[in-house]
Amino acid sequence: MSVTVTAPAGPEAPGQAAARRRPRRRWGRVLLPLYSWLIIVYLVLPIAVMVVYSFNRVTTGLPQVSFGWNGFTTKWYREWSNIPELTSSFWLSIRLGLASTLLATVVGTLLALALVRYRPPRFRGKALLEQVLFLNIAAPEIVLGASLLGLFVTINVARGFLTLVLAHVAFSIAYVAVTVRARMAGFDRSLEEAAQDLGAGPWVTFRKITLPLIMPGVLAGALMAFALSIDDFVTSNFVSGSSVPFPVWVYGATRVGIPPQVFVFGTAIFAVGILCAIASIFVGRKKA
Amino acid sequence: MEQPVLADHSGRLDGSRQGRPRLGKVLAPYLLSLPAGLWLLALFLVPLVVMLSLSLQSCNTATGACVMTWHWGEFGQELSLYHAQLVNSFYLAGAATLIDLVVSFPIAYWIAFHGGAKKNFFLLMLLVPFFVSFVIRTVVWEFILSDNGVILGGLKHAHLLPQNFHVLATGYAVVAGLAYNYLPFTALPLYVALERIDKRLLDAAYDLYATRREAFARIILPLTVPGLFAAFLLTFVPALGDYVNQQILGGTSNTMIGTVIQNAFLVNLDYAGGSALSAVLMAIALVGIFAYARLLGTRTIEEYL
Repeated sequence: MSVTVTAPAGPEAPGQAAARRRPRRRWGRVLLPLYSWLIIVYLVLPIAVMVVYSFNRVTTGLPQVSFGWNGFTTKWYREWSNIPELTSSFWLSIRLGLASTLLATVVGTLLALALVRYRPPRFRGKALLEQVLFLNIAAPEIVLGASLLGLFVTINVARGFLTLVLAHVAFSIAYVAVTVRARMAGFDRSLEEAAQDLGAGPWVTFRKITLPLIMPGVLAGALMAFALSIDDFVTSNFVSGSSVPFPVWVYGATRVGIPPQVFVFGTAIFAVGILCAIASIFVGRKKA
Repeated sequence: MEQPVLADHSGRLDGSRQGRPRLGKVLAPYLLSLPAGLWLLALFLVPLVVMLSLSLQSCNTATGACVMTWHWGEFGQELSLYHAQLVNSFYLAGAATLIDLVVSFPIAYWIAFHGGAKKNFFLLMLLVPFFVSFVIRTVVWEFILSDNGVILGGLKHAHLLPQNFHVLATGYAVVAGLAYNYLPFTALPLYVALERIDKRLLDAAYDLYATRREAFARIILPLTVPGLFAAFLLTFVPALGDYVNQQILGGTSNTMIGTVIQNAFLVNLDYAGGSALSAVLMAIALVGIFAYARLLGTRTIEEYL
């Protein structure tokens, strides 16, 4: 297939020619926006269903959300902590998220600093490290979880909070490193050199110059790590043992029917997450 | 793939200023990457080796104790037992990936080319499913698709569908769940690739009398290929190993390989069998991962996350 070039009839100003030649955007005007909004509705629909069903009355004696709509109630919000196992699994997920986020953010940020600043003559093995990160991100999660369980069984480590933290940090490091590194792309090294010329030691330079400058990236990485941790089911299911995080508890409950409180927690997590995202967009806009 | 090696500006400066670089400066890159390197070695690479080794061991399924027996037959045995589930995983994950690619291309195109000032808002909308727990999202789809739920119940009430019509516990429900859950993984890489296209290339094409269709086929599509590949990899690989959608939406039929692996490890304590199947799954994923790394480089995937 080739583009047929027909000679223009007469001499034309280039701008005019482009304006006249450009075919009209019928698709761009009507169909595409309509389609895109439909997709957005599709993406939001299950979330809306979750929020609506968190207000659904339960008519049977069993504490289960029913598929049908039975009427509006705020009962489940008042009784949000009535299922002790669910509540404790939620707090476990929060503690797990905080612990693994803290560790993954520190470790991942240090790695990002190394990857941004140094190239092979001074940093041998960098390419290998990058390949490991890539493999870690692209590998199927079930393999990561299953292989971790294999390791813990082989070296006889009891499964619980500790193994959960180890596993969550293991799958978060790569994402944190990549996020921080991407945000450091335009980092101005001359500011650090200026500080050092003025007599600042490496630690003071890092604390007063480097850290404040990379902070937005570090925060983005930390949010990523927390989101990954609190939502993780597959790996957690393999390495959780007797300490059950929120998603694992919910999955277990699907077999007997989930209590309405699950949707209350889901709605709360959604609200907090969306607020954080909107806040970070606004913070980013102010800085820019 | 690799960037041309530039002179290490900062390194040379340090050297000239202090005569000889200090030990701390020499070790800096290694010290900075040591914690992450050790963590990934001990809890990512070593477990993969342990998994391979476990798949060659013989395990007592009652106690879970394993002894190394170099039992290569485990692979053949597991594959002959579960090849149907493996093939099924390919079908379901493949169908979901194909749907996601087709469905998300137009919206990614629209946001990249016509998003204007609202780009951030639309991107947030693409990511919105991630703000609800993966398991809850899947449970909600069970509600939506249930036999007398919001959609089917209404259609049945209006006598547009026969009363015994159902979607749950079929492959269609699993594909619907997979397609929904992994759509953002497809849409974002496509958006990034489309967004990066220099709009002046299109102006040039139109100046040279290309039609919209020609501009799309000869400029936009070729420049989106890396993004398409990334989208495929980031959608198909996780979908292939997924078992949550199958377990919640697919009922007892349509078992996928992930379910078999999960049951082997957590229900039957058959660590050897589970490891062998995980190794097979990893090998399949590695084909795609290596192809991607060779064609596009490992760094490019970071741009699509």
